[in-house]
Amino acid sequence: MAQQKTDYLWIGVFAVLVTFAIPWFLWRDASTWLGLPVWLWWHVGWMGLASLAFALFARGAWDRGMNVDPEEVGFDG
Amino acid sequence: MAESELLVQLGVVGAYLLVALAVGVFAYRLTGRDAEDYYLASRSIGTVVLLFTTFATLLSAFTFFGGPNLAYGAGPEWILVMGLMDGILFAILWYVIGYRQWLIGKFQGYVTLGEMLGDRFGSTRLRALVAGVSLFWLFPYVMLQQMGAGEAIVGLTNGAIPYWVGAALITLFMIVYVVLAGLRGVAWTDTIQGMFMLSVVWVAVVWVLTSAGGLDAVSTSLADTKPEFLALGGGLYSPQWMISTAVTIAFGVTMFPQINQRFFVAKDARVLKRSFALWPILVVLLFVPAFLLGTWAAGLGVSVPEGSNVVPVLLNAYTPGWFAALVVAGAMAAMMSSSDSMLLSGSSYLTRDLYRPFVNPDASEEREAWVARLGVAAFAIGTFVVSLFRPGTLITVGDTAFGGFAQLTLPVMVALYWPKTTRQGMLAGIAGSQLYYVAHVFIPSITLGGVTLFGATYFTWDFALYGMALSLVLTVGGSLLTTAGADERADTFTVGSRAD
Repeated sequence: MAQQKTDYLWIGVFAVLVTFAIPWFLWRDASTWLGLPVWLWWHVGWMGLASLAFALFARGAWDRGMNVDPEEVGFDG
Repeated sequence: MAESELLVQLGVVGAYLLVALAVGVFAYRLTGRDAEDYYLASRSIGTVVLLFTTFATLLSAFTFFGGPNLAYGAGPEWILVMGLMDGILFAILWYVIGYRQWLIGKFQGYVTLGEMLGDRFGSTRLRALVAGVSLFWLFPYVMLQQMGAGEAIVGLTNGAIPYWVGAALITLFMIVYVVLAGLRGVAWTDTIQGMFMLSVVWVAVVWVLTSAGGLDAVSTSLADTKPEFLALGGGLYSPQWMISTAVTIAFGVTMFPQINQRFFVAKDARVLKRSFALWPILVVLLFVPAFLLGTWAAGLGVSVPEGSNVVPVLLNAYTPGWFAALVVAGAMAAMMSSSDSMLLSGSSYLTRDLYRPFVNPDASEEREAWVARLGVAAFAIGTFVVSLFRPGTLITVGDTAFGGFAQLTLPVMVALYWPKTTRQGMLAGIAGSQLYYVAHVFIPSITLGGVTLFGATYFTWDFALYGMALSLVLTVGGSLLTTAGADERADTFTVGSRAD
């Protein structure tokens, strides 16, 4: 299986995950929801999303990104 | 404080540390005496243990006491910095550096970073440089744990037990532990302690909130007394500071001996993948409650005495003494296991990359094991002595160490991915950036013609970032200007045989 073009999209996905890990658009915003700052809720959600994205990456592009065949590195899930 | 309560607290701390020690002794009985087993547990570490052992290694005084202290003093935005740093940047580097190193290590059988680079570039000088730099920056970070433990005991007992006793206690435990247990013991206690701390931090949150009248009451008091804390940014938290800190620490973490060595220990790729995906979740579960405790303490008007940490003081005020003691014991144990991992990896750097190649190439296994253990003891005693002088806050000491390691990261990444990297390029990149960084740490800032040199920032960005850029320029530039020697073997870093 050759490197898939869609694999390069992951670079973009990672860049977005990094960029908005701090919600810059809420800068100086002090509004709260359920007793905690809204930006803190953003953080919780964003980390959940990152975990999901990482799980999908690990399923698909993980080995193609390093140019190895899953069989080469032993058991692979 | 009542004498009986002090006794209960000390009993809880003592009992917890003894249980942790027992686990180490048990693991010791299972540990083989050869290097692969002692340092890498025979490359057989599974997902849960790998995840927690890496995580627990990060669960140091920096996280448990430094982080809440910072949130107490400057607001909870530290949660975002840690999220970006540990949850996202470190996870990506886990793949980019960690998986690559795992693949190379699996095929070539490396145990340390210096060994891997030294072999690839045919240079024992490079190997020794990497090991020496790593041990140098490990020193302040081990010291940080001793400072944290000393301060924790002061905070817990209201000063009845002096700072040096806590620092000495943890020093003693970590020496005994490393000498006995090896990576298997360290990894097991890391897992137990990681899970323990994760649960206990949430119990602490619920307990503090209940005694303080619920989340709404705590939130209202925060809005009244520290309205600034709810707004994102401001004060210490400038965008430059947040980004610089997150980037230098995330990159630095990957070159920490104990973290970097973890890249060699996973049983199979599945373990690395799972850890990678679970990382951000773990970050939220641990850091959000821990740093909120510090933030709320500020809102509730808890006053923290000079030289102690906010978490034990807050827990003493809002929870029973035994529970506060349990959390402090857990945190101390976590620091102990972080230090153990560091000392264990540090000792492998010392024996494999410095002692054997330079001092005694024919040393027997037994002799090498003795050197490793003596090295651990000497290192830990040295950090203990310096920790008595309290050279800075937990955050500044930690940040300095992370920044020093971060100077190694880009040259290593270049070497991992760019076959044209040369020995001269690596030596220039690592030595040059270290000189730059060390100069900025130790030389006081001076202003010449309106320009401040050796200060904390240039154009408001942390000096460590410029050091990283310098390391990249020197490594790539040096490699372009020189040709590889005949004994440099780029092929050792080739991974995968897939045809594109």
